[in-house]
Amino acid sequence: MKVINMRSVLPAAILAIVFGAAGRAESAGSSLQAKIEYCTTCHGVSGQGYHAFYPIPRLAGQQTQYIENQLLAYIEHRRENRYMYSVAHVLSPATRTALANHFSKLNPKPLGGASKQLVATGKKIYEDGIPETNVPACMACHGAEAKGQDAIPRLAGQLNDYIINKLVNWNKERGQVPSKPDISAIMLPTSHNLTKAQVAAVAAYVGHLQ
Amino acid sequence: MIKFVISKTAVLALIVSAVPALAGNMEPASVRNCTWCHGASAQGYAPAPRLAGQRAQYTENQLLSFRAHTRDNPFSKQYMWGAVANLNPNSARYLAVYFSKQIPKSADDGNKDRVATGKTLYQDGNPEANTVSCAVCHGPNAEGTRDIPRLAGLSYYYLKRKLAQWGEGYHAAAKAPMPRIASKLSANEIETLASYLSFVK
Repeated sequence: MKVINMRSVLPAAILAIVFGAAGRAESAGSSLQAKIEYCTTCHGVSGQGYHAFYPIPRLAGQQTQYIENQLLAYIEHRRENRYMYSVAHVLSPATRTALANHFSKLNPKPLGGASKQLVATGKKIYEDGIPETNVPACMACHGAEAKGQDAIPRLAGQLNDYIINKLVNWNKERGQVPSKPDISAIMLPTSHNLTKAQVAAVAAYVGHLQ
Repeated sequence: MIKFVISKTAVLALIVSAVPALAGNMEPASVRNCTWCHGASAQGYAPAPRLAGQRAQYTENQLLSFRAHTRDNPFSKQYMWGAVANLNPNSARYLAVYFSKQIPKSADDGNKDRVATGKTLYQDGNPEANTVSCAVCHGPNAEGTRDIPRLAGLSYYYLKRKLAQWGEGYHAAAKAPMPRIASKLSANEIETLASYLSFVK
């Protein structure tokens, strides 16, 4: 066992020397590029999202601050997702900012795929809310074009099954550290008061917005 | 034993003969042509992978990829290109659905000592090396979904060969992400993943 430990320590030490000698300024650009490629493996080459075993969200055109906040929320376990924790916990704050900037500037077409029949109902909920169940208009925060602002995410072009998955599981994934409440609490009553059919309608509507 | 063999053959015959009747002019899809190599219960045999329990859409896509010569590794060229040359799209779909409904076993033929590390690598990837989690696409139990294949219980030798071949530039389908992902894996990581997956039920 001791021998194995020595073996694993040596290459690590050699690597540390090699990287140290290469110089940080020179390697910063290429390592960011490698990290971007790592993100796009799952989130799509243009950050358009991907239908994997889980719906993997669109990052393209997303608000920079929102992406940064979410990466930090994964690290602090406020947002619970083992895969994204693994991804995020090795990223420096500077890299998180650089990645958020990169993806916020992309603008591929939405993946689409949601039922068009639901779009009209979804638009009505998005713009007017549902007075009977005290659901506010989504538009009030996410904007008339669903582009979001600062910490409030863009929804336009988001994968509809991703949105459904998030809204249905909001209380199990977001705000998971009671001592550290965050902005995700705003969505809690809303997600609770929406029926599954209403969630599907809203998701279909915003999913097709460019 | 004789009874068993007869009844199994009879079931196959029924299935095969029922197809044209159900689907008009569709040619009979011969399950037996597949099971000569993939094993009598489609659990895989030698280099031919398990088809039982595989995602129908994946199998169908692969059959079409063999036909289009997109899936281009040596065994594909040697065996599958010829095997599917006269397979029409209806038969490809029929065979894919048929095999997806057979109950899969697990090969259990990898290195057992690597199961724990393999599971961690499968679930979490290696973020420092920009290696992605396998589970995000293939599912937490390697069950696959839609056109993303089930990996659970495939044979160690098949998995190891496939992972190595992607790194060598072979393809399964146009624009598929696996060549890019697998080219980042070391021989050691491939050994670990293939071992782990061979034991997943």
